[in-house]
Amino acid sequence: MLRPQTMNLLRACTFLLLFLAAPAWAGDRITIAAAADLKFALEEIVVAFRQAHPADQVETIYGSSGKFHTQIQQGAPFDLYFSADIAYPRLLEKEGLAASPVRPYAFGRIVLWSASRDARKLTLADLADPSIRKIAIANPRHAPYGKRAEEALRSVGLWEKVKDRLVMGENIAQTAQYVQSGNADVGIIALSLALNKELAAKGGYALIDDKLHAPLEQGFIVTRRAAGNTLAKQFADYMGSPEARRIMVRYGFVLPGEAAGK
Amino acid sequence: MPSPSDWSAIWLTLKLASVTTAILLLIGTPIAWWLARTRSWWKGPVGAVVALPIVLPPTVLGFYLLVAMGPNGPVGQFTQWAGIGLLPFTFTGLVIASVFYSMPFVVQPIQNAFEAIGERPLEVAATLRATPLDAFFSVAVPLAKPGFLTASILGFAHTVGEFGVVLMIGGNIPDKTRVVSVQIYDHVEALEYTQAHWLSAGMVVFSFVVLLALYTLNPTGRKK
Repeated sequence: MLRPQTMNLLRACTFLLLFLAAPAWAGDRITIAAAADLKFALEEIVVAFRQAHPADQVETIYGSSGKFHTQIQQGAPFDLYFSADIAYPRLLEKEGLAASPVRPYAFGRIVLWSASRDARKLTLADLADPSIRKIAIANPRHAPYGKRAEEALRSVGLWEKVKDRLVMGENIAQTAQYVQSGNADVGIIALSLALNKELAAKGGYALIDDKLHAPLEQGFIVTRRAAGNTLAKQFADYMGSPEARRIMVRYGFVLPGEAAGK
Repeated sequence: MPSPSDWSAIWLTLKLASVTTAILLLIGTPIAWWLARTRSWWKGPVGAVVALPIVLPPTVLGFYLLVAMGPNGPVGQFTQWAGIGLLPFTFTGLVIASVFYSMPFVVQPIQNAFEAIGERPLEVAATLRATPLDAFFSVAVPLAKPGFLTASILGFAHTVGEFGVVLMIGGNIPDKTRVVSVQIYDHVEALEYTQAHWLSAGMVVFSFVVLLALYTLNPTGRKK
């Protein structure tokens, strides 16, 4: 026999479980896993998208493209996957984990950015200056922006010279944060992040010539688990809308249709 | 097989854990002694501060350390003034972070051991005209040996298992801040599962052996 106190506790727990398990939303919902460089742009796109879908819920999770790729392979509950490197969604498509063809959505650009000095006139060659003690880049082993940063540094023959002063962020947002907190003097980050209000208020940025590195072609897919999810399909289509494209351009992304000359 | 960069991560991890444990034994012992013997009102607050890292997410520790040790933080201003430079992304910075992170795992076992000794042996030592310092080293420390053993093993092992703090203040620099846990994370992100398996399995074996040693060697267990 259970004592009355135990019974009360059980009742409370059951109530709590029911309360937590109750659906909080009446409409459809999607979860988007997106590369960290999309943090600000995609947030605005979601707000714009939801004006036409007020009853639905769109959840965004930001992180590194490589990690999301692994997690989706292992059955992560993401309905759309926006990668900073189109190679990752292509791998998933090959493995039969995509419910849509891989859609290129933008080309990313890398910039030099600093929170402590005027970066507007900074060039890659300036990084040879030893008074710049720490240079932040994303980890080139798995972060697309880090790979391009390494390629650019190699193209100008600086990689060996700056190697010992590099600190590596887990993804491009952490790289920016290393610079923003002043712990790194200069960083090579995504233009889309440098254009965010908070970062743009400090130091300015200098574009890195995109001839110095392979193109940062970015792509997304609707994942297999969202094959029957209309909202996921609608969001995928919305990425091609004038409004979404306008927001992407504002954050410095070069759109696929307009990339021909670049 | 583990690559050269894996071996360097393993070596770095062992170095970090050894240095951290040594420092913690040095500064943790007086703290543990004080906590075990004091009747001061401060015992509660100090004990709580020491235990904080058990409860706090490593991100909280990592965030505060990054800001405090950065160029605008108090620690960062001091280290720059002292000519040491900034501590994030350095081995020294990781050692400091690990000392905070593993503190309770060293202090608490020693404190418990000191408390278990009680007043009596020290009173006896005093009647034999031992100075307090003498009594501490020739009576309290030998009696608390099992506590020191547990503290060393737990402090070392807990530092080896550190991840979140290192990810936030480490900057992933080979031979300086790229420890095994971070190296495994990188392998997984770069889809190098074979490498990740090698290191992860190594960690499982290592952790098991450490805990096995803790449970079989510790004399407090044998008394029963």
